[in-house]
Amino acid sequence: MKSNLQFDFLVDREKNTITIKREFMADRELVWECYTKSELLDQWFAPKPMTTKTKSMDFREGGHWHYAMIDLEGNEYWGWTDYVTIKPVDFYTALDAFCNEAGEINQELPRADWKVTFTELGEHALVHTLVTYPSLNDLEKVINMGMQQGMALTLEKLDDLLEKLTTGR
Amino acid sequence: MRRDVFHAIADPTRRAIIMLIALQAMTPNAIAEHFDMTRQAVSKHLKILSECELVQKEQQGREIYYQLEIEKMKEIDQWLEQFRRIWEKRFDQLDQLLTTLKSKKDEK
Repeated sequence: MKSNLQFDFLVDREKNTITIKREFMADRELVWECYTKSELLDQWFAPKPMTTKTKSMDFREGGHWHYAMIDLEGNEYWGWTDYVTIKPVDFYTALDAFCNEAGEINQELPRADWKVTFTELGEHALVHTLVTYPSLNDLEKVINMGMQQGMALTLEKLDDLLEKLTTGR
Repeated sequence: MRRDVFHAIADPTRRAIIMLIALQAMTPNAIAEHFDMTRQAVSKHLKILSECELVQKEQQGREIYYQLEIEKMKEIDQWLEQFRRIWEKRFDQLDQLLTTLKSKKDEK
């Protein structure tokens, strides 16, 4: 299903921010739930064919989300989110990080500030995400990580194709 | 030290130089006139931009002209495009989840 829902992705290289705006065909309470409950986050957060696995989540101010994105080969990319401010259904702010399975934060990689705001747009909801990086180089590092994961996605498509070709014989 | 496009645009003066020479090739002196800093300081920034392969030098008579490498600037956009796609995919999945959740609620 291709939708005509609003999707903006803006990068400000002077302020080291990424602004992502997306409209959803649901009320904002439901969208809020999808962002704040681990059993729901697990169903959408990692781009397919990757899957999300929550190790622990405590959605409250001072709480965290410890999760992994897993590719088809079983490689795990661990992430950590510290929740800073939570104002239910309106917004939350958080600090993200890369980590390992034990939840030890990778200090080599940058942490970014997140502000995720949920607004009503008629019968729809608009989610505005503002991600702020400490510097442009940090933004670059994160994009590199994303590209590695993107590479993993491409390789898995090849796996699918190979499987089809093998079974088709 | 690593030199790439992101290093080039990390500094506000360099970003301003890029904006200037995007319009037309300029000599270091002409560029320096736009900034409240020494000719040496401007040269240092130009050197970094050259090392990042973001500018090209061209000798015209006795003067050296600096010109922007437009193709190199596009690299930055390509990187960001990858990042954008991940988000796009993620949100498509959230759309599907929302549809599922809504239909479950309607059944109740």
